[in-house]
Amino acid sequence: MDFNIALAQIKPKLGCLRDNLALVEAAIERGIREKADLILFPELALTGYFLKDLVPDIALRLDSPEIARLKKLSSRIAIAVGFVEATSDYRFFNSAIFLDGGEIRHLHRKVYLPTYGLFDEQRYLARGERFRAFDSRFGRMGMLICEDFWHLSAPYILAMDGATTLLCLSSSPGRGLSESESLGSSIAWQRLTATTATFLNARVIYCNRVGFEDGINFWGGSEAVSPSGVATARAKLLEEDFVVAAIQEGELRRERIFSPLMRDENLPLTLRELQRIDAEGGQR
Amino acid sequence: MSRLSVNTRLLRRIVVDFVREEILKTGLKRGVLGLSGGIDSALVAFIAAEALGPENVHAVCMPYKSSNPESEAHARIVAQACGINFTVVPITPMVDAYFESFPDADNMRRGNKMARERMTILFDHSALHGALVLGTSNKTELLLGYGTLYGDMASALNPIGDLYKSQVWQLSEEMGVPREVIEKKPSADLWAGQTDEQELGFTYREVDELMYCMVDLRMTTEELIKEGFADDFIANVQGKIKNSHFKRRLPIIAKVSNRTIDRDFRYSRDWGK
Repeated sequence: MDFNIALAQIKPKLGCLRDNLALVEAAIERGIREKADLILFPELALTGYFLKDLVPDIALRLDSPEIARLKKLSSRIAIAVGFVEATSDYRFFNSAIFLDGGEIRHLHRKVYLPTYGLFDEQRYLARGERFRAFDSRFGRMGMLICEDFWHLSAPYILAMDGATTLLCLSSSPGRGLSESESLGSSIAWQRLTATTATFLNARVIYCNRVGFEDGINFWGGSEAVSPSGVATARAKLLEEDFVVAAIQEGELRRERIFSPLMRDENLPLTLRELQRIDAEGGQR
Repeated sequence: MSRLSVNTRLLRRIVVDFVREEILKTGLKRGVLGLSGGIDSALVAFIAAEALGPENVHAVCMPYKSSNPESEAHARIVAQACGINFTVVPITPMVDAYFESFPDADNMRRGNKMARERMTILFDHSALHGALVLGTSNKTELLLGYGTLYGDMASALNPIGDLYKSQVWQLSEEMGVPREVIEKKPSADLWAGQTDEQELGFTYREVDELMYCMVDLRMTTEELIKEGFADDFIANVQGKIKNSHFKRRLPIIAKVSNRTIDRDFRYSRDWGK
């Protein structure tokens, strides 16, 4: 079906749940006003990114009053939003939930927690263990959180599981200045979203945040990429923005006819080879 | 030069946004900086003026009696060019009063004392104006340790600390720093005739190229030699970076508890902002 998706390119405050919840709720209201069917937020929209030892203090259980408020709003617009999830056994996940019709329809826990360079997620967070596509009223979807998207197998699994729309929630730090008009990180991301969409004949909807945390900027540039790999809507770089992208079913249909890569994927072959590699004890 | 050359429009945007956002989120709106007449502080003055509005930027020029008079003249030109507030606070009386007790002190002690005297004045002006102190150390001097710990290296936030000197020159052109300031020889101006490059024993352009390959690209020594850098130059610079590392860190703390500050008590400085 055709639908409108709002990309809420916000600037969360570090460790301020209450302020960020207000920010998220205001964006949701705007999405409803602007006739969006679905609104996508960045990774850790409710908390900010470089949380470090704040993680346990700002984590939310799925049955928390904050999530209940968002569930309630989702009877008016579908919502995909990132936060720190606390479980009853006191693990903390970098999670994203998809809310619609007043319910949590899907939960994704970030699998690939970057712990190198300026990142330190594994120190503070538990690792998710699955990639699953899910049905929504917009068709079958998958959610990935930032670094997940850089692991080829993650969007591949979701696409093989039937997802035709990939939602990516991100908090991508801007870095890598050169003579180019864009930062290294935005060039890399735009190449990645376009390539992934093309390889998997799937839409990629990417939402990144903006603002600074301890001198580190987040570059924004949220975008909707069609299954042919073309960005059909893109938010501003380095500043707050709110973009409503019109997603057309026809683009997906036409691309899948024009370039039936997913139809031709050979799952048993891939599985056989991966099992052989596993049995041989490595990736060599 | 090519490897170090950057898109200055994008760089300008990022450092200007950095100053604006990192100051405004503390609840303040003003910045204060020491204006020496050199290019680094001139560039920070231009960045701050654009970020906060010139009326919210306070520059303090703090000459010593041996400072080149041209330095104060250049500082004044910079302040006028970007429209910021400008004060002169000479440090000769306090520095001389101190060294009356230590007449044999060498140039290094005197230079460090002057840098720290200026620091105390800037932090006092920080309280006076409700302004944050803006750092003016660039990446080249931070890596080489060519600065005074708790002196010119002290600040609340530094917009140019990730820019090599070669990039400071580029961004200064973009932002319209006065020509005479861009073109003069870099000097700490601690004594007459001093220039940085003479004192360091190599040029900024040479060392920037080397450190970019060494630090940013993480080339091995063998690769650096293949790139054409002399092995004694490489060793010299590696030594300076290593030996000055203490200047880039907070004081180390003897650990006795389960949660020691900065070791296992870890929070971003922008905690709650």
